[in-house]
Amino acid sequence: MTKSELILRLAELNPHLYQSHSEQIVDTIFEEITKALAAGQRVELRGFGAFSVKQRKARTGRNPRTGETVHVDDKRVPFFKIGKKMHERLNGIESTDDED
Amino acid sequence: MNNQTITRADLSQAVYEQVGLSRNESADLVETVLAEICKALQKGEMVKISSFGTFQVRSKRQRIGRNPKTGEEVPILPRRVLTFRASNVLKERINNEKHAED
Repeated sequence: MTKSELILRLAELNPHLYQSHSEQIVDTIFEEITKALAAGQRVELRGFGAFSVKQRKARTGRNPRTGETVHVDDKRVPFFKIGKKMHERLNGIESTDDED
Repeated sequence: MNNQTITRADLSQAVYEQVGLSRNESADLVETVLAEICKALQKGEMVKISSFGTFQVRSKRQRIGRNPKTGEEVPILPRRVLTFRASNVLKERINNEKHAED
C-alpha cells in the first residue's frame, strides 16, 4: 500500500469527505510525526508503535569497496518500535478472514 | 518541551486545526488511518509512505535462543516482525533541524 492508496482508501471509507480532505489528513499525520521527531520528541501511538530518535556518535567508517577510511559525522536516526497490540495482531490468529 | 511525547491526541488536534473538521471526526479519521495501515501490514502488505518511510512485515524462522541468565536453551518460535525504514527525506529533516538548534 502506498500513501496515495491510503488516501484513496480513507476517502472511500468516508464518502462525505472531499478527496482533498483525505489527502490533507494523511499528509498532516505524517508531517506532525516528522516535525516531532525533528524536534527530538517521541511519538507514541498505542497499539501501533512508537517513533523515537536515536543519537549515533561520530565514527571512522570504511568504504567497503576501496578500504579507504572515512569520517562519519555524528547523526540522529529515526527509530520505530512496534506496539504490543500490533505485534499480537501480526502473530495472533492469522487466519481471521477479515477481508479488506 | 524537548522531551514531550506526541500522541494520537496531538495528531487529532493537528488534523482538527488544519483540515477544519470537527474534533470528534478528526480523532476518528486519525484512528482510521492507523487502522488501515495495520490491516495492510496484517495481510503481509508493505506500506510505503513517500517522504516518510516504509513499513514491512518479515517472517522469522524458528531458532534456538538461550536464556542469558540461566544459559538454558529455549526455542524462539517463528514469528512476524515489523521493520520501519525511514526515507531519506525523514532522515535529513531529523538531522537538519539539529543543526538549526545548535
